[in-house]
Amino acid sequence: MDFDLNESQSLLQDSLRRLLADSYGFEARKAYLASETGWSREIWARYAELGLLGLPFAEEDGGFGGGGEETMIVAEQMGRHITLEPWFSTVVLGGGFLRHGAEAALRQEMVGGIAAGEVLLAFAQQERQSRYDLFDVLTTAKKDGSGWLISGRKGMVLHGDTADHFVVTARMAGGQRDRSGIGVFLVPARAEGVSVRGFRQVDGTRAAEVEFAGARASHLLGEPENGLALVDRVVDEAIAALAAEAVGAMDVVHGMTVEYMKTRQQFGKPIGSFQALQHRAADMLVALEQARSMAFFATMAAREEDALERRRNMHAVKAQIGRAQRFVGQQSIQLHGGIAMTMEYAAGHYFKRLTVNEAAFGDTDFHLRALADMGGLVQAA
Amino acid sequence: MELRFTDAERAFREEVRAFLAAECPEATRRHMIAGKSPTKQMVVEWQRKLNAKGWATPEWPVEHGGPGWTPAQKYIFREELQMWPAPQPLAFNVNMCGPVIIEFGTEAQKKRFLPRMANLDDWWCQGFSEPGAGSDLAGLKCRAVREGDHYVVNGQKTWTTLAQHADWIFLLVRTDPNAKKQEGISFLLVDMRSPGITVRPIITIEGGHEVNEVFFDDVRVPVENLVGEENKGWDCAKFLLGNERFGQARVGASRERIRRLKTIARETLDGGRPLIEDPEFRRQITEMEVELKALEMTVMRVIANETKRAGTGKPDPATSVLKIKGTEIQQGVAELLMKAAGPYAWVDGDPDAEGSNEWDVAPDWAFGLAGVYFNWRKQSIYGGSNEIQRNIMAKAFLGL
Repeated sequence: MDFDLNESQSLLQDSLRRLLADSYGFEARKAYLASETGWSREIWARYAELGLLGLPFAEEDGGFGGGGEETMIVAEQMGRHITLEPWFSTVVLGGGFLRHGAEAALRQEMVGGIAAGEVLLAFAQQERQSRYDLFDVLTTAKKDGSGWLISGRKGMVLHGDTADHFVVTARMAGGQRDRSGIGVFLVPARAEGVSVRGFRQVDGTRAAEVEFAGARASHLLGEPENGLALVDRVVDEAIAALAAEAVGAMDVVHGMTVEYMKTRQQFGKPIGSFQALQHRAADMLVALEQARSMAFFATMAAREEDALERRRNMHAVKAQIGRAQRFVGQQSIQLHGGIAMTMEYAAGHYFKRLTVNEAAFGDTDFHLRALADMGGLVQAA
Repeated sequence: MELRFTDAERAFREEVRAFLAAECPEATRRHMIAGKSPTKQMVVEWQRKLNAKGWATPEWPVEHGGPGWTPAQKYIFREELQMWPAPQPLAFNVNMCGPVIIEFGTEAQKKRFLPRMANLDDWWCQGFSEPGAGSDLAGLKCRAVREGDHYVVNGQKTWTTLAQHADWIFLLVRTDPNAKKQEGISFLLVDMRSPGITVRPIITIEGGHEVNEVFFDDVRVPVENLVGEENKGWDCAKFLLGNERFGQARVGASRERIRRLKTIARETLDGGRPLIEDPEFRRQITEMEVELKALEMTVMRVIANETKRAGTGKPDPATSVLKIKGTEIQQGVAELLMKAAGPYAWVDGDPDAEGSNEWDVAPDWAFGLAGVYFNWRKQSIYGGSNEIQRNIMAKAFLGL
């Protein structure tokens, strides 16, 4: 195994690192956060110039043919700066649905716009009753001529307030919690019957409540009535990206904490000289390194074709990183003391992102239970 | 980035498995699956088979009989043995003293000791800790005074694992009491049959005899048994301890124990249904498994780093994770195994002893599980306690 970056991967990492170092300091981020969209269109254009937005798409579709490793590299840098732009919703989630679920013609029609930063996507799956079950779908899809009309309400749609198209899960057949009968549809945000109410989430990212009242879908993605397989696949890849993002954020907030421990003086010496605090910081490093290992594993596991094996491994990823990021986030605040409780200080913002990241697509409890129900990772003798 | 094993490595894994299937005595395997430590005879018999195959000394250079494996192959070998399970080659010989002799020893020492170490003709034990020198190892007091062509050793060692089996002991002794504490230490090889050595068993809380006190009363050691230079023994000790930490992850051993745990939890009833169906218990197993998966990847990272930057790179912070996480997981799984046995875990007796359940007072599988749980509390204490590991991390990696 080789965990080092190759030449083009290093180049990718360096260029993104430079961009974010120059234009995504904590003060700049505050300004993006306070702007009307809640993120920076200008930075978004820079991502497009760097090729980030077309990165995971195949070259014949107008992308750059990047794989899971490249997504991991980008996600980690995004996590390091707790960025606010819709990269995850447009490229990882939306892009995932296009790569795995769209016909060639549709891919070729859409990828160019995405890569150029002109088209934004959002994944609308959450419903009030569904919690973390992706198959728990009440939103319906009704056949209408050759097309489909979508009706229902989706919540917590990440970057739903700026999306040009929604990827929507809707029930074509069966009952609310049936695993079959789900369809995945592409619905233009401007379609009649779509209404969007945007808001800010606790970590600063934007989201929306989206209502579909007989809105006409433009395309069906994946297999009709077997949309769950597509959703699982895309979400599994998304979990790998979330893992890398969490590692980036943990690394920064841990480093920030250690630096603070070296400078903050109490009782006439730096608080980092106290063993109780040193051991806590060491435990954070253990958690961080274990999570980093797991993020590598996530990238390996997300490309597994066997859906059951993939799910099993991604449950493990989410559970392990979830525990690590909660610990690192909470302890960063604790070791800093009062200063980290202020909105003015960066640590709290990392903590909030880590908290949201932990629960995205299922929190630690959810994934531990799901993995345990599947019999865990090690088979009995 | 290449996040997978190579074909050659996968083939090597199969080769190791095939060798285990063909050569590892079934009685040894059964004994170990039951949670018992292998007996001296089992360890010797198995190591001689490994040695005949050229596999007894994975860490040694080829010119001293090592197999010339890559770090990944060494890892695969170690993990496969743990998962089988089969005894590891005796660590005191092949992972501790052997590498020190290869690194610091004379040609005569290499010739005399290494082949017998590899074949386990001599069983070695480690004389480091003393009653007053545990985590603060450099505070050791055991004295060696040069008299002509001998050192005369007086003092006491403790926690000496399996000294009751040992033919030889490698010893840290104080040769210059006036120097700074790390600078007056020497590394000596001592024949356990020397007059003046007394071994006294220490019975640990589970009832087993694994560790000992060893007393030295005017023990005469030929000066040719000094390894490296006089008063430079701390270099040997640091080198040896650095090698030791690497093997403490024991991912394969934990996987084998989890496999065992699941088998037991399937056969044990709890509230009228198999224990494995209890969501709370299952969750506790799963928590161990996900941490173990991360640890396995951490080991891979350390190996990859070692392969690419052997001896040149900075120490990898991932290395310190291995001891802390490896032992936490092993202790956690041992605890769950004991919990699985419920009240039947409580039958007292040395868990390693054969036939200890002869009165049939508990299911055979349950016997000794509490003993292993008690015994394994040692893991977070030995090899540099987990608190010492955190001190090292704070200092070396965090700069605190």
